[in-house]
Amino acid sequence: MRTYILRRLLQAIPLLIAISILSFFIMQLSPGSYLDTMKLNPDVSEELIETMKKQYGLDKSIPEQYFHWLWQILHGNFGESFTYKVPVTHVIKTRALNTIILSIAAMIIAWGVSIPIGIYSATHKYTIGDNIFTSLAFVGLSIPNFFFALLLLFLIVKFNVPLPITGMTSIMYDYMSLSGRIIDVLKHLLVPAVVLGTASMASLTRIMRGQMIEAMRSDYIRTARAKGLKNKTVVYKHAFRNAINPMITMFGFQISALLSGAALTETVTGWPGLGKMMLTAVRSKDLYLAMAGLMIGSVLLILGNLIADILLAISDPRIRYN
Amino acid sequence: MNRLNQKDFDKDTDISKEKKSEKKEYDFFNDTWRRMRRHKMAIIGGTIVIILYIIVIFAGFLGPYNPYHGFKKHFFHPPTKIHFFDEDGLTRPYVYRTESFDWAEYEVIKDKKYPIKFFHKGDEYKLFGLFKTDLHLFGVDEPAHLFLLGSDNYGRDLFTRILFGGRVSMFIGFVAIFITTVIGLIVGGISGYYGGWVDNILMRFAEVIMSIPGFYLLLALAAVLPMGISSTLRFFLIISILSFRGWAGMARVIRGMVLSIRNEDYVLAAQAIGARDPRIIQKHVLPTTTTYVIVRATVSIPGYIIMESGLSFLGLGIQEPNASWGNMLTAAQNVTKITNFPWLLIPGFMIFFAVLSYNLLGDGLRDALDPKATENN
Repeated sequence: MRTYILRRLLQAIPLLIAISILSFFIMQLSPGSYLDTMKLNPDVSEELIETMKKQYGLDKSIPEQYFHWLWQILHGNFGESFTYKVPVTHVIKTRALNTIILSIAAMIIAWGVSIPIGIYSATHKYTIGDNIFTSLAFVGLSIPNFFFALLLLFLIVKFNVPLPITGMTSIMYDYMSLSGRIIDVLKHLLVPAVVLGTASMASLTRIMRGQMIEAMRSDYIRTARAKGLKNKTVVYKHAFRNAINPMITMFGFQISALLSGAALTETVTGWPGLGKMMLTAVRSKDLYLAMAGLMIGSVLLILGNLIADILLAISDPRIRYN
Repeated sequence: MNRLNQKDFDKDTDISKEKKSEKKEYDFFNDTWRRMRRHKMAIIGGTIVIILYIIVIFAGFLGPYNPYHGFKKHFFHPPTKIHFFDEDGLTRPYVYRTESFDWAEYEVIKDKKYPIKFFHKGDEYKLFGLFKTDLHLFGVDEPAHLFLLGSDNYGRDLFTRILFGGRVSMFIGFVAIFITTVIGLIVGGISGYYGGWVDNILMRFAEVIMSIPGFYLLLALAAVLPMGISSTLRFFLIISILSFRGWAGMARVIRGMVLSIRNEDYVLAAQAIGARDPRIIQKHVLPTTTTYVIVRATVSIPGYIIMESGLSFLGLGIQEPNASWGNMLTAAQNVTKITNFPWLLIPGFMIFFAVLSYNLLGDGLRDALDPKATENN
């Protein structure tokens, strides 16, 4: 197992280098640079722009710039953000953490809801309850994240629900006790996490239902029933355990969707995450910040997939990685 | 002798009849259609999709105004109330004119009734982008306005803009999935058929694209698009961006399928006859993937619609003054605005309906084309 993880991590290195080359190339294609926008500002002198150009190495050729950037990365330096005027690492650390918090919260909501519903739907096939859940899953699948977020915000304001509508913390955050702070963040987290969780919830419910139905049809279920086991034991000990494995594979697929969905949800709900930062960086042509965003996003995605594979090996004894 | 022949003949016709009926029964389209009809929701979804396409194609005729026509004194106007009754009971539908008395506050002036006229002459537009005309299905005379779903911050009719914006959303998914499919088939086909280093390079590249979180890649790519290009060019560039992101997943699955087909007897036979590779890939290998491709295409269209609307919502997709359901929602980004002018959220419901109908259609199509895959439902 350990060698497998190590090998996967080693394999990720050339992949990340290729991603960085592609990203760097795309960012260079983008017309104009941050300095061009600065030039429009009459308060900024020519000299300042020249020094900045030198400082950031923007006067060199693109391959040279790339290798310079890569060299810096290997030393743990992601460069400096043009807009924030601080090292990119400073900006990105908290942002990445916020996105991870949001994604995990969304995942907990999605899995926590979809697994019980999936089991219920499968064991009560074609009943009213099953039909209602199936229709709701279709609705959840079809509603765009950002629109759902807008709709929730609208309802919150309209019906005066005591929930914050934007950001991650209240103004009074600094003066709160530790428990108060946690509650404050959780309150802010609720809307984006529910929005982000809904999309995954819908697809997970459908898959869970299908897997469960398939498992309930197997021979070992018939054997279990023939033995005279209680229905509860048959469903939870025999069928459920087997139905859950493919769901763990889904965990890997979900990560990409979560990160992408998070970008839009963060923008609408003002959650200061990686996606929101990416948008600002891309808009203001903040080269190094955008590059770092792309790289960190890819690292999260690759790690997530690795974790999914490891979880699968843990839950399914038939799978052995060598 | 004669008798025997007759018998043989009968037998022959019998067989040919049997064959005919058998052929009819296994006809691909009839069979699919038969299974498809059983899914009522899929039929409903498909019908709505077709209606939506017809509506957006005839947007100019169905919408009472020009989508760029801003009534400066009537911005954020609530939906116009249509009256069906007057003092004498049921009557021809009519509206009253309104005048603003404060910022985005309007009062109804009941001095005169303005009937809704059918085949009304209003703003000029080009039907199908070809024929210049000013005929609209309905409208009212100035100074009254007919804002069925209200107006936006420039005083443009939301209903008309939704019809025109639908063109972008409804066609972008369609064209993008077409391009994605073509690239996916070519790359997947070549990769799976030839294997070796070609396969290695192509699949590594696909992996790189798939390892960047999708929306981040789209954001970076959309930033590349220069401002101030024509709306048609922008439309196609956004399609290319979506396809650039989308082909990788498709190519990988096609490659896997081709890999397993490559060693089938009929492919080996074709090779033995001396058929050339492009012909084998085209005639023998790729057709096997048809079912998968059709299902996958239908199922992915909603994703493209959502991605386009997301990009436009952030201001990186279709640009003002052109309408798209996504960029119309940008106006609703402000919470105070949506509470004061809730009709700004309507384009979002349009995205939802379009995506929902496509999802229902795709689900039914998957069941109809691939009954094995959904035995468990």
